[in-house]
Amino acid sequence: MAEELRNAYGKTLAELVRENPDIVVLDADLSKSTKTFEAKKVAPERHFNAGIAEANMMGMAAGLAASGKTVFASSFAIFAAGRAFEIIRNSICYPHLNVKICASHAGLSVGEDGASHQAIEDIAIMRVLPNMQVYVPCDAKETKAIIKHVAAIKGPCYVRMGRGKVDDVYDDNHEFHIGKVDVLKKGSKVCLFATGMMVQEALKARDILKEKGLEVTLCNISCLKPLDFEGVYNLASSHEYCFALEEHNIIGGLYGALSEALAPYALTKLFPIGVNDTFGESGKAKDVLIKYGIFAERIVKEVEDKVK
Amino acid sequence: MDNKELKRRANNIRKNIITMIYAAQSGHPGGSLSAADILTYLYFVEADINKDNVATYKRDRFVLSKGHSSPALYAVLKEKGLLEEDIRTFRQINSKLQGHPNMNYLEGVDMSTGSLGQGISTAVGMALANKLDGNAYRIYVLVGDGESEEGLVWEAMMAAAHYKLDNLCIIFDVNHLQIDGRVEEVMNPLPLDAKAKAFGFNVESCDGHDFEDLAKAFKKARETKGLPTAIIANTIKGKGVSFMENEASWHGSAPNEEQYHKAMAELDGRDE
Ligand SMILES: Cc1ncc(C[n+]2csc(CCOP(=O)(O)OP(=O)(O)O)c2C)c(N)n1
Ligand SMILES: [Mg+2]
Repeated sequence: MAEELRNAYGKTLAELVRENPDIVVLDADLSKSTKTFEAKKVAPERHFNAGIAEANMMGMAAGLAASGKTVFASSFAIFAAGRAFEIIRNSICYPHLNVKICASHAGLSVGEDGASHQAIEDIAIMRVLPNMQVYVPCDAKETKAIIKHVAAIKGPCYVRMGRGKVDDVYDDNHEFHIGKVDVLKKGSKVCLFATGMMVQEALKARDILKEKGLEVTLCNISCLKPLDFEGVYNLASSHEYCFALEEHNIIGGLYGALSEALAPYALTKLFPIGVNDTFGESGKAKDVLIKYGIFAERIVKEVEDKVK
Repeated sequence: MDNKELKRRANNIRKNIITMIYAAQSGHPGGSLSAADILTYLYFVEADINKDNVATYKRDRFVLSKGHSSPALYAVLKEKGLLEEDIRTFRQINSKLQGHPNMNYLEGVDMSTGSLGQGISTAVGMALANKLDGNAYRIYVLVGDGESEEGLVWEAMMAAAHYKLDNLCIIFDVNHLQIDGRVEEVMNPLPLDAKAKAFGFNVESCDGHDFEDLAKAFKKARETKGLPTAIIANTIKGKGVSFMENEASWHGSAPNEEQYHKAMAELDGRDE
């Protein structure tokens, strides 16, 4: 099945507010897009629209959390992480408050709205904050598991979701181990570390490469911080070539996280596949992703170029 | 230019707004249509922006702070003969007509906008630069009523009054709607006139679809010295296409084929 991750977020959030009277939901005039309106239907008295005022929304979230509430605050990634950055730093992360920033419309797959709305740096700026945990689900099922996970743990979390529908990677009875690197396919010599919608592209790329005689390992990294160091270390040390795949700038995201973790050990060759430090543009999501190299064939080409 | 001619221009602009969004199957008709008459007046009467000066910044300038209404800006530039790009490429890959305006792609787009609240700040900077350089050019900026919920809007207003920027004219497109519903219900920014006054502005209120009323407001703004002006333009979101009027759902959705023909037929009817 294909589903929008934000859809899974809305439904899971509705379940959570029904079960837990301490959960409060905030939005900034985008509740139909972020899907927090699903939670509003269940508990309208615990859903607050901050209006088009993301900075104030994060400040309010901090105050609610400092008063014992578990707060889910949503907007598009560019405004949630970007507009409110310093409030998130000083009023949420520094005091280690229980605010879950669940952002939709991340990455180039925003499509037609264009560069002003395509967050390609949100992982970087959220990951760099002390106390912040950063999650990037790859399908609707994992989204549900991650939302439940962040609701259950203490402290600030950032959950990144895209706009469009994505195919299921996991089946219904999959048991998630949120926080751990998940090896989806085993191969040798080459390991693809993918996050978010790049997992689907990596699955396609793996099939193409397999037909060409190269069977690669593929894993899903949905928790970028804290990074599963052991899992990453083991994979890097058992593969000659590694690739970090992300719908994000190649600076500061998954490639950054893996580079920081692995650099001291020089275990492997690690290459980035993502947005090459450039702004996106308007267009149908598919056209934009292809133009900026976020698709399976690019992954195949990069792997073939590097692995001779 | 007489009001009849302005109406004809505005109607062409509305048709091009609908055509663009229909072709892209993406975009924001509601706020583009509510702003259409304001932009028509601004570009055809009030502001001195033309073929000869458009390539420079030594002229009056306009910032579309509510950048999602880019179809209105592109359509008015087209109507003025300042835009070559085929409007049907709007929001498509490789087009200069970005979903939200990009100042580096098109002469006549004076600031890249799209993130609400920021355009008004940049307009304050432009007005300040003109003061520094001793230029008499005027800076106009269009702000949404939902947009005015951003704190940045009020920081900009505070600065504009503080620096006595009488070369700055802020127009609020008060259509009473944002994405999640009526502004009064989502997060009430009203009354804007009293707030602007308290912030140190000269305030003019007008019907944002009446060219005579707009003329009076812009004239007063021009005559006001020593303080900036805020024009509170009362508008109707979706104005001109009956089924889009006052409907929050038409904020950011494109018409299908049937709706497109219905809208165009209505607008054609207004030409007669
Ligand atoms: C900082 C920021 N937050 C959220 C958005 C998403 N957004 C785009 S348009 C809009 C509603 C704008 O309402 P209003 O300013 O009243 O515009 P209009 O009614 O004139 O279309 C929102 C929330 C944005 N573009 N920028
Ligand atoms: Mg409005």
